[in-house]
Amino acid sequence: MLFENLSGKLQETFRRLRGKGKLTEKDVNTALREVRLALLEADVNFKVVKDFVATVKERCLGSEVLESLTPGQMVVKIVNEELTKLMGESVAKLNRADKPPTIVMMVGLQGSGKTTSVAKLANLLKKENHAPLLVAADVYRPAAIKQLQVLGEQLNVPVFQMGQQNPVQIAKAALEQAKKNQHDYVLVDTAGRLHVDEELMAELVQMEKALQPQEILLVVDAMTGQDAVTVAESFKERLGLTGVVLTKLDGDTRGGAALSVRAVTGCPIKYVGLGEKTDAFEPFYPDRMASRILGMGDVLTLIEKAQATFDEQKAKELEKKMRTQQFTLEDFMEQMQQLKQMGPLNQILEMLPGVGGMGRKLKGMQVDEKEFLKIEAIIQSMTKQERLNPAIINSSRRRRIAAGSGTKVQDVNNLLKQFNLMNKMMKQLTKMEKGRFKGRGRFPFM
Amino acid sequence: MSFFGRIKEGLKKTRNIIMNRMDDLFSRKNFDEDFFEELEEILIAADVGIETTLDLVEQLREKIQEEKLKEPDEVLEALKSLILDILGREPVPLLLEHKPTVILVLGVNGVGKTTTIGKLAARFTAVGKKVVLAAGDTFRAAAIEQLEIWANRSQSDLIKHQQGADPSAVIFDGVSAAVARGADALLCDTAGRLHNKANLMAELEKVHRVVDKALAGAPHEVLLVLDATTGQNALAQAKVFNEVAPLTGVVLTKLDGTAKGGIVIAVARQLKVPVKFIGVGEGIDDLQPFDPVEYVEGIFAPRD
Ligand SMILES: Nc1nc2c(ncn2[C@@H]2O[C@H](COP(=O)(O)OP(=O)(O)OP(=O)(O)O)[C@@H](O)[C@H]2O)c(=O)[nH]1
Ligand SMILES: [Mg+2]
Repeated sequence: MLFENLSGKLQETFRRLRGKGKLTEKDVNTALREVRLALLEADVNFKVVKDFVATVKERCLGSEVLESLTPGQMVVKIVNEELTKLMGESVAKLNRADKPPTIVMMVGLQGSGKTTSVAKLANLLKKENHAPLLVAADVYRPAAIKQLQVLGEQLNVPVFQMGQQNPVQIAKAALEQAKKNQHDYVLVDTAGRLHVDEELMAELVQMEKALQPQEILLVVDAMTGQDAVTVAESFKERLGLTGVVLTKLDGDTRGGAALSVRAVTGCPIKYVGLGEKTDAFEPFYPDRMASRILGMGDVLTLIEKAQATFDEQKAKELEKKMRTQQFTLEDFMEQMQQLKQMGPLNQILEMLPGVGGMGRKLKGMQVDEKEFLKIEAIIQSMTKQERLNPAIINSSRRRRIAAGSGTKVQDVNNLLKQFNLMNKMMKQLTKMEKGRFKGRGRFPFM
Repeated sequence: MSFFGRIKEGLKKTRNIIMNRMDDLFSRKNFDEDFFEELEEILIAADVGIETTLDLVEQLREKIQEEKLKEPDEVLEALKSLILDILGREPVPLLLEHKPTVILVLGVNGVGKTTTIGKLAARFTAVGKKVVLAAGDTFRAAAIEQLEIWANRSQSDLIKHQQGADPSAVIFDGVSAAVARGADALLCDTAGRLHNKANLMAELEKVHRVVDKALAGAPHEVLLVLDATTGQNALAQAKVFNEVAPLTGVVLTKLDGTAKGGIVIAVARQLKVPVKFIGVGEGIDDLQPFDPVEYVEGIFAPRD
């Protein structure tokens, strides 16, 4: 599926970023291009995406990232933080009237899930020992009133209806009844309407005036595309929206509309609908939504594990290379660079793929910080050919490499010796550990 | 209102939104990176989706080179033509070639299945066809009552069971009744279902199977209803529904809003299933055959 591809691509990009010591503007641009594509693919509105990417870029290009030891992970972290910030940072509660009843209006496009959401909210309130009254104010869609009545019956919650009369009148009468019968919540199901339908939008405005509700919740289908912005803006313009209900989130949509709607209305998303049954209704958790939209699986976990993150596939590749002794100086350096970002160098060997806790046995490979810089310089002075196939490094090549890296031929010799030793030992270890390696995708430190 | 007039009405908002930008864009003479980027943006804003958009723009670049296009008009025509390569150039009619022609209507929740059935039924009865509706949504509260109202409005017969009954059984009865009554069309409503719910998709598969059992060769039409406001998820919807019940057409509803419904381009590109109708309102007459040329013209036509 496309989602997986994109998510995979994103991971790949971030992994590439992790592999490098320093993050250039070009790197940030590359990563953010993928972020942009992922967000668009998730249906976040293109204007919202633009703003978002600009914000993230600004933060990324700050010293915070460039000087960080794990630049790629910092980008992930920033993207996730900014997404979560945009989504709203905490769980939002339903407003309450100082003096009951609390009045809630559900509004939105046709087919977005208002009626079901009204029933679900009633169910939730009832469980908290409240006494809601449902109001059937969708007088247009065939059998809409009946639908609410059936749901009310199922939940054992009373439904107020007056047939196909004026919805504003219905709402007023319902409010009277609620007061008389001491309902502490009044939940109004309004007809679905297009935001460009002047007449029906005006009707909602009148209803708001008549009811003075504590909540006007815009019900938005999580599968909505780019138009979510236009819809939400129009409803917000006409009504005092207080929140959003995001429905049908039990589908496999990435749900970028959540971000769009949130960005243009500034209203918190208060609930999500997760199924057709009346109990499939939950408070909205902004951080979960952020990682869903980004489509990177659990980004948060990723960051938590940032101290020791190796891409699994890469690790497998390396494992295979080591087993077949194709582990080259290039891989070596890449590993060193990744490892350098992960903590004190004296732990490198412990963490080297395939070596794990047995690193102590490789005494000859102990390196300190300065040594590392030297090794890096030496390898950087090699040609690609040399890195891939160190056997060709004869004495004249050694002299050239030493000169190029500002080291002595002796240093180059040492490195090559150590590398060979390491390769040999790895081969032994691999043999020894074959049973243990088999069927393992991950390395001990992961 | 005339046929074209109505489609235009439905597409007018589509047009207006992107028109300013299209005009600006195509009155420009040189086709630099900004030009293509902006073009991409317009398509993405219409929910065409990244993959299809990038592909279209890439093809357009090649065409400009190959055919040495210089005039903005030529480029615009080239782009329209590329989209029409995907959508097809001729409307694909829905013909009642069997007696009864069995039409299965599918889609996720709330897209407009039941309403579309009501509108379709009315189209058929208006030209003297006998129509039977089968209330296959036995799950959603008052779904049967909703279809019943549409049956009355469109002067069709209704076959229904109780809420909670097996949808296959209702639809089986629908087929039998349509055959027995010599109906021209049987329109089968189904409950809205998200395509990632395996059990509900299995239920649909069964409905499809049962229809074939009740009448060999049926269903003759399997229509997927897509809501024009839906984004990229419509692709996944189309793909999975098509696997369960091979589609013969798409109905694009709610085109009377500001959504552009560009996702049908991506769907047609992926599945090669024609769009057959568009919904342009809640009224019984608000259903029109889909004309690809009109649709694409509607998207790119100059401002009135
Ligand atoms: N504006 C507009 N509204 C439409 C159109 N088609 C359907 N609707 C409205 O969309 C809402 C949902 O339509 P339904 O026909 O009940 O949708 P459904 O797919 O049968 O819904 P479920 O059976 O609940 O899954 C209703 O309010 C319809 O009036 C259209 O083309 N334009
Ligand atoms: Mg229905």
